Amino acid sequence: MTNRLIAAAAAAALAAAPAAAQTIAITGGTVHPISGPAIPNGTVIIQNGRITAVGAGVAIPAGAVRIDATGKIVTPGLFESSTNMALVEVGAVDASADFQFDDDEDQVAAAFNVADGINPRSMVIPVTRIAGVTTVVSRPSGGLISGQGLAFDLIGDRVDEMAIRSPIAMFGSVSENEQEAAGGGTRGGLFMRLREVLEDARVWARNPQAFERGETRQFSASRLDLAALQPVLRGEMPLVLEAHRASDIQTALRIADEYDLKLIIAGGTEGWMVADDLARARVPVLVKVLRNLPESFESLGARYENAALLRRAGVQVAITTGETFKAFNLRQEAGNAVAYGLPYEEALRAVTLYPAQIFGVADRYGTLEPGKVANVVVWDGDPLELTTDVEHVIIRGREVPLVSRETLLRDRYMNLDENVRSYRRP
Amino acid sequence: MKRALSALALAAVAAACSQGQARPADRPAPQSASQRPADPFPSTYRPLASAPTVIRGGTVMTAAGQIIPNGQVLMVNGRIAAVGQTVDAPAGAVIVDATGKWVTPGVIDTHSHLGAFGNPGVQAHSDGNEMTNPNTAEVWVEHSVWPQDPGFTRALEGGITSLQILPGSANLFGGRSVTLKNVPSRTVQGMKFPGAPYGLKMACGENPKRVYGERGGPGTRMGNVAGYRTAWIRAADYRRRMDGGGSGNGSASGRSASGESGASSGGSGGSGGTLIRDLELETLAGVLRGEILVHNHCYRADEMAQMIDISHEFGFRIRSFHHGVEAYKVRDLMARDSISGSLWADWWGFKMEALDFTRANVAMVHQAGARAIVHSDDPTGIQKLNQEAAKAMQAGLEAGIQITENDALRWITANAAWALGIHDQVGTLEPGKQADVVVWSHNPFSVYARADRVYIDGALLFDRLDPSRQPQTDFEVGLRPGETSND
Repeated sequence: MTNRLIAAAAAAALAAAPAAAQTIAITGGTVHPISGPAIPNGTVIIQNGRITAVGAGVAIPAGAVRIDATGKIVTPGLFESSTNMALVEVGAVDASADFQFDDDEDQVAAAFNVADGINPRSMVIPVTRIAGVTTVVSRPSGGLISGQGLAFDLIGDRVDEMAIRSPIAMFGSVSENEQEAAGGGTRGGLFMRLREVLEDARVWARNPQAFERGETRQFSASRLDLAALQPVLRGEMPLVLEAHRASDIQTALRIADEYDLKLIIAGGTEGWMVADDLARARVPVLVKVLRNLPESFESLGARYENAALLRRAGVQVAITTGETFKAFNLRQEAGNAVAYGLPYEEALRAVTLYPAQIFGVADRYGTLEPGKVANVVVWDGDPLELTTDVEHVIIRGREVPLVSRETLLRDRYMNLDENVRSYRRP
Repeated sequence: MKRALSALALAAVAAACSQGQARPADRPAPQSASQRPADPFPSTYRPLASAPTVIRGGTVMTAAGQIIPNGQVLMVNGRIAAVGQTVDAPAGAVIVDATGKWVTPGVIDTHSHLGAFGNPGVQAHSDGNEMTNPNTAEVWVEHSVWPQDPGFTRALEGGITSLQILPGSANLFGGRSVTLKNVPSRTVQGMKFPGAPYGLKMACGENPKRVYGERGGPGTRMGNVAGYRTAWIRAADYRRRMDGGGSGNGSASGRSASGESGASSGGSGGSGGTLIRDLELETLAGVLRGEILVHNHCYRADEMAQMIDISHEFGFRIRSFHHGVEAYKVRDLMARDSISGSLWADWWGFKMEALDFTRANVAMVHQAGARAIVHSDDPTGIQKLNQEAAKAMQAGLEAGIQITENDALRWITANAAWALGIHDQVGTLEPGKQADVVVWSHNPFSVYARADRVYIDGALLFDRLDPSRQPQTDFEVGLRPGETSND
């Protein structure tokens, strides 16, 4: 009867900060630590926001809050690696959208960091985390270089505390969508522009003082953008490039090689056709699984087996919804990857450990191991199944109430005969 | 005044069938309204050849209340001949071993734009929204449907056997829909579901007012409602003059009153002479007669209540509210008027009128006694309607609403068939119905389930394990010459 929350209590729970970090012992469940094989009747101990012990027959600290997970499945919280989470409240309401820096001039917004636009009180956060998604990479969108994104946990009320790493990556796109504005209507133009910007950033960095003194040639992007690209050129910050057509992925690989970039491909619709190239370059791909239509001329090779075929070729794959409002369907994407050939354990890793590794935060995220941040979900069955219930969500060691605006509206209208009462504030 | 719609729909079906055979002879243009052909673009669909077939060993889910472990389904001459624990198969029947699999009716989507917004989604394929006037009741979406849209075969691989193609939602009146059998064909006529009634697409709310707000209106919701009512007043007048012994009715002489095109909207009819056909009003009058079913894109609860009042004012029925993100708030009103809800499992947030979603929407509408339907409005979603239904079922169970697998299956089969007026032909596994059947690899509500076999009218249209039974559209032929073999 998880649903029968009294509306008043539920609303209070939604508004209040989640319970302070405490000592929690999750016992009796089948624990999928991801770092190793499943542990039947396993225990997970959480203290001060971190996992302190995982295994069978682990001693339970005195005073621990116990969660009985007998017959349940325990996993790390899911990690969505490409979303605009907390950067938009209503899609068609521009004032609520903060993920796209419109710069029609040069299509380069490298200095734009979405972090200051993150809304910790976004109503999209609760509806996402109650589905077991605890961590996201929230990113800018649009343009050749969209800007910088950050990774954060779906808990808290200050972005600087929620953040795991900010910025975590530079985002851009060489998809057909950008050709018109940034490439003179062509692919070649788009890649020319990308090289031009990288080249300018390199030249600028050799002598920024000369630029300040007005002793350099003109650059094709602003000073702020050129400065922001330096960590990318140094290979310290990954460049996440959206690319779909097989040849576009190959071109992106060439440019990454020329400039020594740490490349991540997002989308990669035809990635399976150039899987060996990706594997050789050790470039990971963020894959949306449910994509099999030739919806554009860069996606003629779209197929549901993309994730499985990439993985088989040795490419590291993180599974993403690519969604914001429906990021809660991350497990559905992973389940479908299994239906189309990805081994089950790989699908679990593709929504936990692999995105953490791809974005360089696997020291703290992605598995249930001592020392890791305590993002833990208890499921009443196979986490990838659509008919599985989420029973407990723990983020940074704090259990969050399974309440969102969506469940509150449901409860408010459960009894239409009680409209008068329902319409009161709880 | 309120006649039983299903009876009307059946009458329309019968009429369409009987006249569908006869090719209209040379017709004068323009025509008088009284001699309009009931079916100028008749279905040429004929079921593919099939042998008597028994599917046995699987869990048979009839969507008519039965779930039969280790059950059997017999298909003969394109029809379901028997369903049960065992069936009497004729000698020589093809035996299909479905041990460990699930067998359901073919999946039906009440809301698709396949072919009208074809893949690839280039401007040249954008044929679903006639955004030239807020009332384009005169257009028929079948004249936009491109049968080579690869989305059709993808949908087939997801178990879709019938689907309604709707015009878009830019207009108050978007035009006529068409219901198709999901079979490969050179022509849309070769896909048209024989005898299926037409639908009329109507749209509430943000889309029409956004599209026309700076193009002469309507620019507000009240403007939208004025637009609906104005059109229905004209339609009622047109119908009265055609049906009610008005001047146009008795004149079967075939005189053409003028050289004016029948497609023009606006005031029509000859004064004292032959009534000139008006395609816009012909469709709207068809709704008033109960021959054409109203499919109403409408998100917000308050707007659905307004649309219901409009239907009362002019004496027609709304067959289905589409999208209905707030349907749960007016589920009692929907049940009272027998209005189905063609809904998503969990779409939300993309615009203001889609903000107040709950994942329990479908289940709450179901619980209130209205027909709940899970629809797609999406070329990917249509391939996984079983998964969307699974999520909606789970959300209902979480909310404490009793939902059976039979209920959830009906959301994508029987209830969808009802919304399209084809429930007597398809939607359940019952003797006499058309043999549209899916054999699933797993329980269809599992994320791992894939359609292994899809039958339409008893013919095996898709077999996952047999490449020779996997249709490919023209568009996909030779698309990737560099590739030798995929798997």
